[in-house]
Amino acid sequence: MAVTTVPVVPTTTGATTAPRVQRHRRTSPTATILLLLGAAYCLMPVLWVLIASTKSASELFTTFTFTPSTHLFDNIAFLTSYRDGLYWRWMANSALFAGVGAAASTLVSAMAGFALAKYDFRGKSLVFNLVLAGVLVPAVILAVPQYLLLAKAGMTNTYWSVLLPSMISPYGIYLCRIFAAATVPNEVLEAARMDGAGDWRSFVRVVLPMMRSGLVTVFLFQFVAIWNNYMLPFIMLGDDKLFPVTVGLSGLLNQGATQPAMYTSVVTGALLSVVPLVALFLGLQRYWRVDLGAGAVKA
Amino acid sequence: MKKIPLLAGALVAALLMTSACSSGDDSDSTADPNEKVALTYWSWAPNMDKVVAAWNAAHPNIQVTVNKQDGGDPAVAKLLTAIKAGSGAPDIMQAEYQKIPTLVSADALADIAKEAGDLKAKFPEGAWAAVTLGSEAVYGVPQDSGPMMFYYRSDVFDKLKIKAPATWDEYADAARTIHKADAKQYLGTFSSNDPGWFAGLSQQAGASWWGVNGDSWSVAIDDATTQKVAGYWGGLVQEGVIDNKPMYTPEWNAALNDGTQVGWLSAVWGPGVLEGNAASTKGKWKVAQLPQWDAAAPATGNWGGSATSVTSQSKHKAQAAEFVKWLNSDPAAIKLLAGTANVYPASVDSAAALTEPPAFFSNQPDFYAVAAEASKITKPFTYGPNVNVAYSSYNDAFGKAAESKKAAEFAGALATMQQATLDDLKNTGFKVAG
Repeated sequence: MAVTTVPVVPTTTGATTAPRVQRHRRTSPTATILLLLGAAYCLMPVLWVLIASTKSASELFTTFTFTPSTHLFDNIAFLTSYRDGLYWRWMANSALFAGVGAAASTLVSAMAGFALAKYDFRGKSLVFNLVLAGVLVPAVILAVPQYLLLAKAGMTNTYWSVLLPSMISPYGIYLCRIFAAATVPNEVLEAARMDGAGDWRSFVRVVLPMMRSGLVTVFLFQFVAIWNNYMLPFIMLGDDKLFPVTVGLSGLLNQGATQPAMYTSVVTGALLSVVPLVALFLGLQRYWRVDLGAGAVKA
Repeated sequence: MKKIPLLAGALVAALLMTSACSSGDDSDSTADPNEKVALTYWSWAPNMDKVVAAWNAAHPNIQVTVNKQDGGDPAVAKLLTAIKAGSGAPDIMQAEYQKIPTLVSADALADIAKEAGDLKAKFPEGAWAAVTLGSEAVYGVPQDSGPMMFYYRSDVFDKLKIKAPATWDEYADAARTIHKADAKQYLGTFSSNDPGWFAGLSQQAGASWWGVNGDSWSVAIDDATTQKVAGYWGGLVQEGVIDNKPMYTPEWNAALNDGTQVGWLSAVWGPGVLEGNAASTKGKWKVAQLPQWDAAAPATGNWGGSATSVTSQSKHKAQAAEFVKWLNSDPAAIKLLAGTANVYPASVDSAAALTEPPAFFSNQPDFYAVAAEASKITKPFTYGPNVNVAYSSYNDAFGKAAESKKAAEFAGALATMQQATLDDLKNTGFKVAG
């Protein structure tokens, strides 16, 4: 998104930055064309969804792909009326899973990452290597074993069955360790300790604010990952009132051979389901930029 | 969309391999009329919750909650996962006929022979055989069935002065006439995405892909009968008078809409799909019996259809069986199934509930008379415990054959299916004859 941001280079005393300014002025036509192609490649499907969601069921497959129609609000109304507004319940469930799950996951990651970066204890490298190995294992593979475990505890088909597995993110822990190592100087921790702050107090009052931009990144990653997760909730949940929007929408397509798939509702539902993600990214974008800038300065 | 059944198939396969020693909970609870129980019911039929509401109103002590699931394979994969895990399965489950052997061999379904009593007389023989698997046990009560019929655009047929084909030879001639008159138009398509469709066509010809003898299974996918059916379609595809694209794709929907697909070999539930996909063609379609191999001995196959079963994990099997019985044999429930849930009830009494043709076929008042006739001439067919393997092999092998447009490849695809199905049965530890 913020591709054109000019990094604020800290001016070291005396050094002129004339050649750098020169470099920013020069644009490469090849690079521009490549980037434009890339942007088109990414945005075309979004445009397709946007336009397709304005079409009625009979127009969807018969009119030209990029000719918009006027039925967006009819489609939204129909989707809303589907089984007494079940779609919005799915959206609320998604928000719950992604919001609570990402917040909890960020906290766990921050605590684990900080501990791994700043404390010495036995088995530390073993733990970190396990976390690294966890980064390499796709979450999809774990869904069935997690189901079997939670079934033993009688917790399948509840909100917890999706929330609990979402709280641990090896990638988040890994990122937090890097962020903690890079942004929290040992001297600051020592100073806090001198002033009489315990481990918990210095973590909450000193470390968390310093890691804030990194934590926003972890939160966003995790939020998007949970929002888009299909396999875990699909396996865990049987009650369609607990479904997140991903599982719910796929159900509208998979009606069995004997019923027509509800394409227009799925397309409209998909469009509405990305709106919160876009809003979240726009809202948290400034933190993200600060973070990239901060990283550049350190390097 | 089509990826999900594959994924589900893989899940089922993985689970079956490890579930050989799992056992169901056989606690035999007798129904106490005053005990309040809550049952869950996994189904994908539309508006099933409204059908169940009628039961709940009349039975305050047995309250049933419907959890709508993805249709067919995904729901089965989920059920098998829950059975393997030992908890999480519903009390009642909608199960497609072809999945019942799989579910029974995984100990997922309860035997409700005692509760079913004299239900047998209320269902066609074929449907009843599908829920008993030819044994004394009863693994569910037939809910809906899908006798195959032939849908065609009567306006196109009238214009070209052709009649609805009575035999497969006439069907081939009609396909040639239509494609010749307009090179864009096809009478149908050979769909490599729909193994259930091809199984139904083979069933009509007299095939039965699996067989049980004592405790050993046999596989007859590559037999002379199915070879005849595959050869017929391979010939038409090679000739180019029948399309080779799969059904249920956006492209196929568009073809139904703009009149480039002018016929559909489907089942009794066809009107709902046509209405959903091609609403603008209302009033132009007609239905007839499938074209025949032998006009003197009319027959048809089955595509789709399911039973309602009680799962082995249910703690209230007697009450669940009572509900299942009501749902599929009570006249009021059959009326709701037909009118609200939009399925074609399997019960022999369904004619009473189906007096009006579906709205999309209001131009054909005898729609359900044709359907009732089709229901009567449905041939028997036995499914095996690894239908998922045979079906995904169909998708792969016939996908390539349809792509190649060569009749010889169609015969080869059958051999591939036969081998894959047989090998899998042996590998998963079933006793296999021959």
